[in-house]
Amino acid sequence: MHQTLNATPQSPVVSLKNVHKSFGPLKVLDGVSFAVDRGEVLVLIGRSGSGKSTALRCIDRFEKIDSGEIVVCDHRVSDPKLDLRALRQDVGIVFQSYNLFPHLTIEENITLAPCSVKGVSKAQAKEQARQVLAQVGLEDKLHQYPEQLSGGQQQRAAIARSLAMQPKVMLFDEVTSALDPELTGEVLKVIEALAADGMTMVMVTHEMGFARGIANRVVFMHRGKVHETGPAAILTSPATPELAQFVGTGL
Amino acid sequence: MGGSLNANHLMFLGYGALWTIGLSLIGLLGGGIAGFIIALCRISPSRIVRLLSAGYVQIIQGTPLLVIMFLTYFGLPTLGITVSPLTAAGASLTIYVGAYLGEIWRGSIESVPKPQWEAAEGLALSRSQRMVKVILPQAVRIATPPTVGFMVQIIKNTSLASVVGFVELARSGQIINNSLFEPFLIYTIIAVIYFALCYPISRISRRLEMRSGPARLSLGTA
Amino acid sequence: MNLNLDFATILERWPAFLDGALLTLQLAFIATLLGTVIGVLGAIGRRSHHPVVSRICGIYVEAIRNTPLLVQIFLVYFGLASLGLKFSAFAVAAAALTINVGAYTTEIIRAGFDSIPRGQIEAAEGLALSRAQIYWHVVMWPAIEKVYPSLTSQFVLLMLASSVTSQISAEELTAVANYVQSDTYRAFETYILVALVYIVLSLVMRAGFWLLGLVIFPRRRRLGTPL
Repeated sequence: MHQTLNATPQSPVVSLKNVHKSFGPLKVLDGVSFAVDRGEVLVLIGRSGSGKSTALRCIDRFEKIDSGEIVVCDHRVSDPKLDLRALRQDVGIVFQSYNLFPHLTIEENITLAPCSVKGVSKAQAKEQARQVLAQVGLEDKLHQYPEQLSGGQQQRAAIARSLAMQPKVMLFDEVTSALDPELTGEVLKVIEALAADGMTMVMVTHEMGFARGIANRVVFMHRGKVHETGPAAILTSPATPELAQFVGTGL
Repeated sequence: MGGSLNANHLMFLGYGALWTIGLSLIGLLGGGIAGFIIALCRISPSRIVRLLSAGYVQIIQGTPLLVIMFLTYFGLPTLGITVSPLTAAGASLTIYVGAYLGEIWRGSIESVPKPQWEAAEGLALSRSQRMVKVILPQAVRIATPPTVGFMVQIIKNTSLASVVGFVELARSGQIINNSLFEPFLIYTIIAVIYFALCYPISRISRRLEMRSGPARLSLGTA
Repeated sequence: MNLNLDFATILERWPAFLDGALLTLQLAFIATLLGTVIGVLGAIGRRSHHPVVSRICGIYVEAIRNTPLLVQIFLVYFGLASLGLKFSAFAVAAAALTINVGAYTTEIIRAGFDSIPRGQIEAAEGLALSRAQIYWHVVMWPAIEKVYPSLTSQFVLLMLASSVTSQISAEELTAVANYVQSDTYRAFETYILVALVYIVLSLVMRAGFWLLGLVIFPRRRRLGTPL
């Protein structure tokens, strides 16, 4: 795959150190630290309001942190002088609500950023669009508009759109939460295939079965803190009562 | 050319402003009655009535108010009907405003949710009872913000009565300017008076719109 | 009542009416084009985080929307003259109409901008698009597609309102009518005819905007549904 990391094997692709973040009086991240190595899949779990989505959004600087340090692919995200667009070329993000551009075809959705950000030629971008769409099993939807696709297909197209930027790490923010249950499977399969290809990923998900199967590491967040972390096995044998209760109700 | 702007001139402008308000009220009242009739005709069970009223709206909304003014004031006398500037202006505004308010109100009546119509029918009310007791009270609430917004258009449109010599605000400004020849100053004062009349109504209309949810775009006609 | 109508005398003057109609269309075309540019800039300005910029745009919109076009035309006409600048009636008319319609399009396009969901912009930011690229590709085009019906209705109203420029002797359709009726003493027939021409012009404009919509919005052409 397209793993062209310039980071040394020792340095993690994503690292958060003692990150604090408040929305007004509400503390959402209270000293959060974790790191993701190259090729690793890290799954963030926790109740709504536990800070997991905020932590994910901080990685791509959709939220600014109050204190602590975040380094992503050698970009110091917490640095006010950060080159935001350089960071976002290295990081792909997929949202809960797909956010495909409704007035553009799937092909145009995918080629927009490579052409206008990276200066890739139109022909090359179109070729690449075909490749990433094949990767998510949608090569026949190239010339359709988003509204002509099902929710699951739209989400897969959104993943393809991110992949076309050849990111070094992918972030998934509850990407199946807006989907009907029968459509989540096709999206999760695409993500599994990416993981098998060695893509570094951080994801927030409520799909515990999926998390167990894909995660190299699980971070359980509770009240803005990393409450428990470890391999996927902690989901079956939690050490803390909070995680035990969460997986008990979350299944 | 003589003298400078004095209290008499301002009195004259004030008098013109009162006529602008008066003419606006005539337009609102006449146009309101015409608009109500048109709105009902537009949703009439009779196809002919619907077509005729739709045709009226299309024709008026495709014609400038200025041309309607000229037609009533200069056109009718050539047919042997003489009209005063006030009658011409009042009639023109009624014809014009009726077409626009008619469309606004038809939209409001039609946007009363379908189940309400069906429920009213289920109660075995007659068509007019359904209208008066169930649909119209709800339509009035929907229609209020755009109607208030359209009042601003009416006030601005009364300025066109000046072209048939009716002495409202714009015409009184022209008359003063003919003696003072300070057009920029005088028309600035005129503009400020119009603004003072229109802006509060615009504000009220916007507040009503925000309260009633989705923003409706009000179009400007002058 | 003397129903002795004579349209033949009026129709003989068709070249004058044609010239007037063409000038009306020219005025509408110029004001539509420039008004759209002002509308886009004004809408960006009104949403600006810079308080002075958004305030200035707000004052412009409110000042225009709450005063009559007739008075605005006089102000531009005499304002330019008092600065010692001499322009043709056509240029003054085009300028006044542009300033007028620009305020309405600013409001319409701003409503379109506001209707773009926050998530669309975040998705574009996540793809590393620049601020200008986001405005152009992700905000402006879909916003204009959404408000296109309101926008085009406004431009048709503008064309009709251009009749007011006859008051500063722009030689457009209404001015031609005024001249013909004073010449022929056939006011009724003249204004009826001119009303008909305006109706035709507004239908022509609507048809033109419909076609333009198909050209500039490929999604609309393919799916036929509003965005």
